[in-house]
Amino acid sequence: MSASLTLVVLMAVMYAAGVYIMLERSLTRVLIGFLLVGNATNLLIFIMSGRPGSSPIVTGSSLDDTMVDPLPQVLMLTAIVINFGVTALLLALIYRSWWLAQLGDEGDTLTDEHAAETEESAEETFRSTNEDEDALQASLDESESNESDTLDSLDANPPTGSMPRVPGEGGRR
Amino acid sequence: MNTLVPLIVMIPLLGAATALVLGRRRQLQIGVSVLSLVSVVAISTVLLVLVDIHGTAVIEIGGWQPPWGIVLVVDRLSAIMVLISALMLLGVLLFAVGQGIVDGDRDAPVSIFHPTYLVLGAGLFNAFIAGDLFNMYVGFEMLLSASYVLLTLGGTGARIRVGVTYIVVSLVSSILFLAAIALVYGATGTVTMALLAERIPALPGDVQLILGLLLLLAFSVKAAVFPLSFWLPDSYPTAPAPVTAVFAGLLTKVGVYAILRTQTLMFPDSPLQVPLLIVAGLTLLVGIMGALAQADIKRMLSFTLVSHIGYLMLGIAIGTPLAIAATIYYVVHHITVQTTLFLTAGLIERTGGTTSLSRLGGLLKSAPFVAGIFFLGALNLGGIPPFSGFLGKLALFQAGVASGGVLIYILIAAGALTSLLTLYALARAWNMAFWRPKKQLANYSSAMSASLQEDPQDEGEVLTKKLSPLMIGATSAMLLLTLGLTVFAGPIFEYTARAAADIQNPSTYIVAVFPNGTP
Repeated sequence: MSASLTLVVLMAVMYAAGVYIMLERSLTRVLIGFLLVGNATNLLIFIMSGRPGSSPIVTGSSLDDTMVDPLPQVLMLTAIVINFGVTALLLALIYRSWWLAQLGDEGDTLTDEHAAETEESAEETFRSTNEDEDALQASLDESESNESDTLDSLDANPPTGSMPRVPGEGGRR
Repeated sequence: MNTLVPLIVMIPLLGAATALVLGRRRQLQIGVSVLSLVSVVAISTVLLVLVDIHGTAVIEIGGWQPPWGIVLVVDRLSAIMVLISALMLLGVLLFAVGQGIVDGDRDAPVSIFHPTYLVLGAGLFNAFIAGDLFNMYVGFEMLLSASYVLLTLGGTGARIRVGVTYIVVSLVSSILFLAAIALVYGATGTVTMALLAERIPALPGDVQLILGLLLLLAFSVKAAVFPLSFWLPDSYPTAPAPVTAVFAGLLTKVGVYAILRTQTLMFPDSPLQVPLLIVAGLTLLVGIMGALAQADIKRMLSFTLVSHIGYLMLGIAIGTPLAIAATIYYVVHHITVQTTLFLTAGLIERTGGTTSLSRLGGLLKSAPFVAGIFFLGALNLGGIPPFSGFLGKLALFQAGVASGGVLIYILIAAGALTSLLTLYALARAWNMAFWRPKKQLANYSSAMSASLQEDPQDEGEVLTKKLSPLMIGATSAMLLLTLGLTVFAGPIFEYTARAAADIQNPSTYIVAVFPNGTP
């Protein structure tokens, strides 16, 4: 069995970097480490398919000797799909853990007040934007040459950023 | 007979899909889940009988012959594992339903619980009947993904914290498993186990050793073999009681099953006996030492769980037909008794308001039935004659004596000591939680409680909840099952002896998968 040295070196570097990052405390880094290690393993499976060759599509009835081994590619595809699903779950967990860390154990009980606050700030943003638009319209009506001034006044009053919406409680329906 | 095999995996998966659709109709959802598991129990019982009479059942998925297609193989070992896990899943499901009814379903998001639980079951069954390594990996991933969701149900701070540890550890072991599969494929050009059984022994010795060690390492993390068991006692007790019971009973045993299958089928002459024996001894002793220091019943049970994995590793390490037969019997015993005890811990938590021994007392008076269940379960786990725990350990020790060797004698001594210490830990729990009158609770001091460590997650609250007849019914049904293992120990042990003879002789497996000879 022959293997490409480039792939082997790449795999080794990915394993090394992945393991190193996985040992960090921060969850996001652990996730990145997991992604690196997972993909390094996919590369390992790929390397195990042996020498490169033509695509493994059988036309007619004759088998081509230069074809690559298709099975490792199938295994890789399955592993990629599984890694993808687990990564999505981990991201959700990391977000949840960040949320709990921000607000502590009271994060869940704060939900309603916080949602109300968000609504208020959203209304405020709408109102100020409307006012700005009215002002813009008025200034446009007044004179077209003053346009740049109006834009300045818009920049001075940017819409207030609002917190991301509070997530519902875990999986509670 | 063969057409029944895929149903074991298909029914729970279809049930999971249906339960997900029925998320808003709770009654129907419960009906679907119970029905799926009841049919799996029925099918696996039929399969067990048929396989025992006619030999191994094999089906090629999609009609693709191995080694190109996937095969599902049910031999005697797989059949008994599937049956016992299906029974456990059903019992715990009824317990969870009972708990949900009493709580008005506010505590657990039931619409997610049922589908996830069924996916866990499907993954478990798939891992047990997989005929190739990669399909086994897929089964593992299915059950692990489901377990990630079940462990972090509700997303409270404590569960997220331990959930992340559990998930990262499981991911690392999965990646090890996948890398091992890649190397096995590189060395042999196949992942079909029946072919591997032929090709791996033909490899050079050091290549065999590397492949065997990698697989062993990956499965040992899942089976919680010391020193890879550090994650277990922290993560399991935090989950809801039914989830913990299923995890404790079944998840570690999938790892043990995988070790048993790969070591006997692919590495029959493995030079790893001495390291395995040492690891088994350390698992036994370190696990039970941990259990002695715990004040929390759930944590104590988690440590005994780790400890008793040592008996299974001992049986696998000895490796004689009698030892393997005893190991299979012990796996079945341990699955049922451990699940029952964790469910009982759930009952204690609800009647006593906590699982901390320093705050429990007088339960014998207030909940005599729970006391009875715990007492019998504890005697069984501790290995008091005539229970199945005693019979399993006796068979293991007999196999050890028959095999001989200084190290094995030391291991038998360690096993006997572990059995006694288990009994001590459980008897102390019984004394403090049930026997001690409630009014002695304040200023209680005793040599027994001096060394106890509280659960670091414990917030010291006492919150009693009602029990429902269904919860008690499910737990006592499981207890009856463990007693059944004792009463019918003779026929069951004969069956496990036949199963052991099957897996000790890889040609049985190879001929079943390739009736016309291997390619």
